[in-house]
Amino acid sequence: MKRFVAIGALAAAVIALHLLFAAAGAEYLLVQLTMAAYYALVVIGLCLLMGYAGQISLGHAAFFALGGYTAAVLSTNSFTQLMGAPALERLVHWGLVTAGTDAYGAAAHQVPVWLSLPLAVAAAAAVALVIGIPVLKLKGHYLAMATLGFGTILYRIFLGTRLFGEADGISSVRPCALLPGLTIGGDTALRTQNYYFAWALVLLAMVLSLNIVSSRAGRALRSIHGSEEAAAAMGVNTARYKLYVFILSAVFAAVGGFFMTHFNGGIGPAEAGIMKSVRYVAIVAVGGMANLWGSLLIGVLLNFLSLRGIFGSYDDAVFGALLVFIMALAPDGILRREFLHRIMRVRIRWPFSK
Amino acid sequence: MQYLLSGITTGSIYAIVAIGFNIIYNTTGIINFAQGEFLMLGGMISISLCSVMPLPLAIALAVAVTAAVGYCIELLFVRWIHNPTVLRMVVMTIGISILIREIALHVWDEKVRSLPYFTGNEVTSVSILGARISPQILWVLGTCALIVVLLNLFYGRTLLGKAMRACSANRMAASLCGINAGRMVTVSFMLSAAIGALAGCVISPMTQTQYDCGTSLAIKGFTAAIFGGLGSSSGAVIAGLLIGVIEAVSISVLPLAYKDAVTLTLLLLILVVRPSGLFGSREAGALKEF
Repeated sequence: MKRFVAIGALAAAVIALHLLFAAAGAEYLLVQLTMAAYYALVVIGLCLLMGYAGQISLGHAAFFALGGYTAAVLSTNSFTQLMGAPALERLVHWGLVTAGTDAYGAAAHQVPVWLSLPLAVAAAAAVALVIGIPVLKLKGHYLAMATLGFGTILYRIFLGTRLFGEADGISSVRPCALLPGLTIGGDTALRTQNYYFAWALVLLAMVLSLNIVSSRAGRALRSIHGSEEAAAAMGVNTARYKLYVFILSAVFAAVGGFFMTHFNGGIGPAEAGIMKSVRYVAIVAVGGMANLWGSLLIGVLLNFLSLRGIFGSYDDAVFGALLVFIMALAPDGILRREFLHRIMRVRIRWPFSK
Repeated sequence: MQYLLSGITTGSIYAIVAIGFNIIYNTTGIINFAQGEFLMLGGMISISLCSVMPLPLAIALAVAVTAAVGYCIELLFVRWIHNPTVLRMVVMTIGISILIREIALHVWDEKVRSLPYFTGNEVTSVSILGARISPQILWVLGTCALIVVLLNLFYGRTLLGKAMRACSANRMAASLCGINAGRMVTVSFMLSAAIGALAGCVISPMTQTQYDCGTSLAIKGFTAAIFGGLGSSSGAVIAGLLIGVIEAVSISVLPLAYKDAVTLTLLLLILVVRPSGLFGSREAGALKEF
């Protein structure tokens, strides 16, 4: 019951923020909130993986970018030149490719969204599966370095491959019409519907994650976090659960990246960079590791501030400092009762008492 | 031959970074993700000092300052945390590395800098075994060899070195013998920072120094450390040279952009197939947590 109240409160907060910004004449803030929502999808997934299952991933930005690049490649690369006319016609006939125009108005064929979204999800899941099976056997430093290495490999591939636009990334991605009356794109007229769509996705991810966390699977994940040997001894298939949650979090990230790319109209290799991955880890750490609501709150807040450019050229420094101080002073996050208690105590006995 | 030599040169730097990882890992069990930043700091500080004082003095001062930075890191972030979880220390040292990098960015801006060549200039070359190489390569190789030899002497002959080894073997027993284990951790951080800074100085003329050059060095150094068996110095040297050569060869086959990807794929392969490393014994590996 508590869960429904919390979800309801989140939905109410989403609507309230919209009304607030609309009343203040600052609807442009919805754009950053929409983007923050897509980033929040990554954070929710990573929270499941890191906070609940206790498996660090320093390569999650790569999954976000993978989703984004799939969207970009499938919607900008024209199949007109790529294939002979007969093959193309057959694809069009099956509905796998639709005729349309590219960003410059020339005739082009693109993969429709009902196919490209599953492809993006499948790509992320497949990569997560292939990487996850061997890598999740590792622990501690080794896991951290392996995921960092994986993230960097994908980053280098995005950066160095023609298909992915090399250092420039892919721009002029077309908005995609998801449903009649719902188009994912950066147009001013589409702002409100995009905002609600993004947050609907976040709500969905939260409901799903909260259900997982308080189910048998969630308890299994937490037991893995506590002690893998003990969990295995109690009959938990640790390898399988770790893999599942890794794939799930990759899929969350890819979905976020997919819609973000259509919303922004492009994606660059920086989205896959180490700093992005570290940033997601920082957010989950500040939010309190095994705390979905905390991570969501911190994630939206920090990403919103960062996207507004509040931190200026100290953007990365802010996240680095957060990481260090949270890990040093409050490794369970700042939204914990113990931490707040400790702050109170520090303040009281600060000057003279021994 | 040319490829081999350039591979060995970069490889020797990776070996030094790997040794830096090992020094701290042996005494604390922490992988210091900020290791690469020590090289960057060493290079940057010596470049700044170089304009006001002779080169050897500038390098010596840079090494001393970086060692002081290592001391501060230990003092501020490591000393008072008892029984840290691995996850916590990984995240924290990553945070430290970001902080150092960002501070460097604001102190030295984004410009690529480099020290002057120690002897001669960009075009001087000596010819060895038919390959024409820059004398700086000899400086790099010589310094790395010197570091390895000195470290071996330090660990084998001096009381401090022996005490540090005792700590890495068994911290409790070492404390019981009257060794100040906490101080050994401090020394290991300073030593590791100093070695990193020295390596950062000698490669600066060739590879140049930028505020963010530490990350990729750290990743490759880590690859070398794992490859050679975490904690093993001689393994680190061999693995570092090997990785340098593999990388140099990969450039001649694949586009330059994929250079890092090749090394990292190697890292993943090693981690998956043989996490105890090339020279780490399986029995010792079985006792460790991977």
